[in-house]
Amino acid sequence: MDTIIRITIDGIECMASRGQYIVEAAKENGIYIPTLCNYPGVKPKGSCRICTVKVNGKLMTACTTPVSQGMQIENNTSELNELRKAIIELLLVEGNHFCPSCEKSGFCELQALAYRFKVMVPRFPYSFPLRKVDASHPKIIKDQNRCILCKRCIRAVKDDKGRSIFAYRRRSHRVEVGVDAKLGKLLTDELAQKAMDVCPVGSIIVKEKGFAVPIGERKYDNKPIGSDIENISVSKH
Amino acid sequence: MGQKITIEPVTRVEGHGKVTIHLDNEGNIAQTRLHIVEFRGFERFVQGRPYWEAPVLVQRLCGICPVSHHLAAAKALDVIVGAGTGDGLTPTGEKMRRLMHYGQFFQSHTLHFFHLAAPDLLFGIDGDPLKRNIIGIALENKELAVQGVMMRKYGQEVIRATAGKKIHGTGAIPGGINKHLSEEDKEYLLNGDDPINIAKMIDWSQAALEFFHDYHKKNKDIIDEFIDFPSSYLSLVRKDGALDIYHGVLRAVDPEGKKILHDVDYQEYYKYIDEEVRSWSYMKFPYLKEIGTKTGWYSVGPLARLNTADFIDTPLAQKEFEKFKAYNNGKPSNKPMHYHWARLIEILHAAEKMKELLNDPDLLEGELVIKGNKSYEGVGLLEAPRGTLFHHYKINDNDQIEMANLIVSTTNNNQPMNEAVNQVATKMMTGKQKITEGMMNAVEVAIRAYDPCLSCATHALGQMPLEITLLDQNNKVIDNKTSV
Repeated sequence: MDTIIRITIDGIECMASRGQYIVEAAKENGIYIPTLCNYPGVKPKGSCRICTVKVNGKLMTACTTPVSQGMQIENNTSELNELRKAIIELLLVEGNHFCPSCEKSGFCELQALAYRFKVMVPRFPYSFPLRKVDASHPKIIKDQNRCILCKRCIRAVKDDKGRSIFAYRRRSHRVEVGVDAKLGKLLTDELAQKAMDVCPVGSIIVKEKGFAVPIGERKYDNKPIGSDIENISVSKH
Repeated sequence: MGQKITIEPVTRVEGHGKVTIHLDNEGNIAQTRLHIVEFRGFERFVQGRPYWEAPVLVQRLCGICPVSHHLAAAKALDVIVGAGTGDGLTPTGEKMRRLMHYGQFFQSHTLHFFHLAAPDLLFGIDGDPLKRNIIGIALENKELAVQGVMMRKYGQEVIRATAGKKIHGTGAIPGGINKHLSEEDKEYLLNGDDPINIAKMIDWSQAALEFFHDYHKKNKDIIDEFIDFPSSYLSLVRKDGALDIYHGVLRAVDPEGKKILHDVDYQEYYKYIDEEVRSWSYMKFPYLKEIGTKTGWYSVGPLARLNTADFIDTPLAQKEFEKFKAYNNGKPSNKPMHYHWARLIEILHAAEKMKELLNDPDLLEGELVIKGNKSYEGVGLLEAPRGTLFHHYKINDNDQIEMANLIVSTTNNNQPMNEAVNQVATKMMTGKQKITEGMMNAVEVAIRAYDPCLSCATHALGQMPLEITLLDQNNKVIDNKTSV
């Protein structure tokens, strides 16, 4: 069976490998599909819906949908971008996201997406939930005000036996991510830093190191999120 | 029947305030009060936040001198991370912070003098309010307006080069700074295209002083006689007695120049200074404990600094300092309009200091951060443009802020501003039944001399305009005017 297949994204003919997820195929073709809960090297979850595209006319999440021969994908359309913008806006009003004093400002993917999708004013009412800062772990602070429940930390930060160090707790609208009570002590300095890097927002913070990168040198200071993908030359199959 | 006058809002100052003037049956002033009617609560909502967030969070108190809060918080946290009590940083760390601070002094003082105060000098206290603003200055004296705008820009550029942004940057971190000065910024600030270069800034600072001296000669009634009352003065001074706005020991002198606080370590400021609460203002009244609430109040800011310091360590500013001292017979000046004079001398001093620092190789390379044994409490003091600024934090075992106490410059000036308002009101309004615009502005001129930042002082929300209300003995409003 042929491993290289043809798809179109916004009418552009693209080559992709069979079994590849749409986001990855798009990336290899220099096309940016925004993601938030997705993280390279970690099994996709499809929970945030930012990557929603239209596949043969139906809404699908690009991070969990594998490509197939002849797929016609719509990505950069005003309809989809409006939906994506609404998701970002809803995430921003759902928690307590105060960028001015957040040390992930400039590295935060939610903030970067808000800039990219031109979220200028709040369209929805703020919910101002009462959430806590859990600073009891010796290496990290878990700020629940900023958590968007993407589970990236749960999926990516594991001990050497493959057990997740972070876990969901409580239920329904009270659900939150915390350090697993038993496994928390296994969080090494390296894993703590990984957890902070994996977190797309400022919910996991390594203690006593904040604001070390000056303004101007932070990840998204000079170029918008996704521009690295848009600038790579299209791979040739 | 007695009356009460209210001036609300007060304009061309930063924040929101009002003045009430109570008149007795004969139309004499019974009592005058400057009310600060906003509330912000920064001391409360930093509680629970990680301590290293404080310098970036609390600077949001103010958009005019955020660098002061940024650096005062960072200095307090230096103590907590074991980087010494103000002089333990690496040369790069300390010098970058100083450059940021001088840049801020330069822009903030410039803003105050040219944009907020100069309109009163140029057009007169009772001049046409439609002209009495920075646009009026631009139309009348274009050169002066351009100087004001470009000097402010220069200061802002220095802040950008050191903190990453012109307003609300992130440069200072506990134990040091997060960046070096770039070669490109060094060259730009030293030798940029006219007028953005340090030589021009020093020239213009001197020109501003010349403008003031000329005005002073012709208007002694306003600069020397308009307000005059005895006050004590408090500021940081360098250990050797030099003017130092970033670090030093606490000194206070009485109206005659006698030391009443003898160069003490500010880590223990609470042993010497306390704050009194009065029911009619959100702003507290600080006082020297040893002297007591009644007469222990003091003034801070440019005039206080020149009244407490023994000398200035830059040559051009020292020359002006000597003139200033000679004019006041070697004693403290008790004339609040001299705040403007002192402010201009400090602008020149800041420009000279920036020149010195921009030529310093330590800014371009060297260790940025130093840390030692952690402790759970730290105090950071510095001289903000408007006066001595106190930041005091305690943290818990989990690195969260447990307690924050901020005594900001304008709070320190609460009592003197009330004294000044009272004196001007008594002079201008005694026996008058109607408030004129000129009278109202005269009261504002007195407040403006101190360059108060009222929103910052109460940690308040909103903008600042002033209103005056006139009330009778039974608190019935007779007249109410809002400033233009």
